[in-house]
This record gives sequence, structure tokens and C-alpha cells, in this order.
Amino acid sequence: MIILLVLAGIIGGIIGGMGMGGGTLLIPILTLVFGVDQYTAQAINLISFIPMSAVAIIIHFKHKLIKTEKIGYIILPAVISSVFASVLAANIDASALKSLFGIFLAVLGAVLLLAQILKDKPRETT
Amino acid sequence: MEYAISKSSKVLPFLLVVGGLAVGFANGFFGGGGGMLAVPLLTLLLALPEREAHATALIVILPMSIGSALVYLFCGGFRSAEGFPVLFGVIIGGIIGSFLLKKIKNNLLCYIFYTLMIAVGIRLAV
Repeated sequence: MIILLVLAGIIGGIIGGMGMGGGTLLIPILTLVFGVDQYTAQAINLISFIPMSAVAIIIHFKHKLIKTEKIGYIILPAVISSVFASVLAANIDASALKSLFGIFLAVLGAVLLLAQILKDKPRETT
Repeated sequence: MEYAISKSSKVLPFLLVVGGLAVGFANGFFGGGGGMLAVPLLTLLLALPEREAHATALIVILPMSIGSALVYLFCGGFRSAEGFPVLFGVIIGGIIGSFLLKKIKNNLLCYIFYTLMIAVGIRLAV
């Protein structure tokens, strides 16, 4: 059980370290495979993300991949709305939160898939 | 590639703030997934190349994740039995993922991952 949880973490971490949103994979693994409730899975993902991203950020800084210009405009409002949203999530039924998360995941996946198809199209024709 | 908004535009900070609010809300409410929203924000509004956007997304998400994680912890969301093994795995995976981002071209991976997101999302929603 512990080994499987570590493995689930490694998979989520690899995707997360690549900046692809590891939580979108880790959260459903925790709920569907390990039977963790939605809110707890979200909490575990958020907390795991902090040390993982700190390490990843250092590596990306060394590779000169991080551009800090103007990102303060995104970060500050994001911190405020995320705290507000976290309080909201704590006051919602876990199964409703799971359904909403599912919709969020499916819609986001569809949009990203479409964007990727559109982006790759001109390259294929040239 | 042409961008609708120039870097000196007065509208840009406003759009970044609105984007930040949205990313923060989603990441706080769903306990993750903010990175996937931050990447298009960084490529479209700040014209960052794909790799830089993925790396920079991590530093954008970190402060809001700390804020959210504190709320989730306070509300008793974290369970150490599952939490610590996952946390350990995520850190290892994060390091692997960070090095992979520098090396591999991940178009195919994107297609697989987004399709998986849609499937898992539908499974969770119904």
C-alpha cells in the first residue's frame, strides 16, 4: 500500500515537474484507486506540490527556463482568490466536489487537446 | 507568431490580474490544475515559449498553493497515512520531471495526457 502510494506520487511528480499539472492526475488516482475522499486528495496534492515545486523551480532556474517579468500581476490576485476558493471547497459536500472536479478535468482536457491539435496543424502541412 | 496584446499595452496588467484571479480560484477550489491554466496565460499574454511557460507556471502556482494548503490543513484535509508516502513520491517524481522537461519534446505525451484527462473527468463527474 505504502509503495503504491509512493509510486502514485512519483507519477504525479513527474507530470507536475514538467509543468503539466501533476494534480490533475494525482487527485483522481487517490480518489479512484485508493478511495481517498475528494477534499483529502486535494489537500494531499496541494501540500505535496510545495516541496516538489520548490525543487523543480531551482532546477528550472539553473536551466534558465523561468521568466519572472510581470508575473507579479498574476501571482498576487491568484493568492487572494485561491484562499477564498479553498475556504469554499471546505464547505462543499465531498461527492459534489468530486463531480465538479470531474467536469473541470474533462473540460480542461478537451480545451487543451483542441488547442494542441490547432497548434500542430500548420506544422504538418508545411 | 503574432500576439494580440503588446507588452507595453495598458490592458495587459488588467488581463494578467483577471487571469490570476481565475487560476487562483481553480487551483484553490480543485486543489490543483492551476498549472495547466497558468501555462496558456503565460504563452498567450506574456508570449513565453512553451518550455519557459511550463517552468514559469511552477513559480506562479507556488505562492497560491502555499495559501491554499494552509487553509486545507486548517480545515483538516491532510491525512498523514496517505499524505506522507505520496509527498515522498511526488518529490522524487518532481526531480525526474524537471530534468525530462529540459530534454524531451512532449507533443505525443500531451495528446495522451489530455485524452486521459477527459476520460478520467467523465468517470469522476458521473
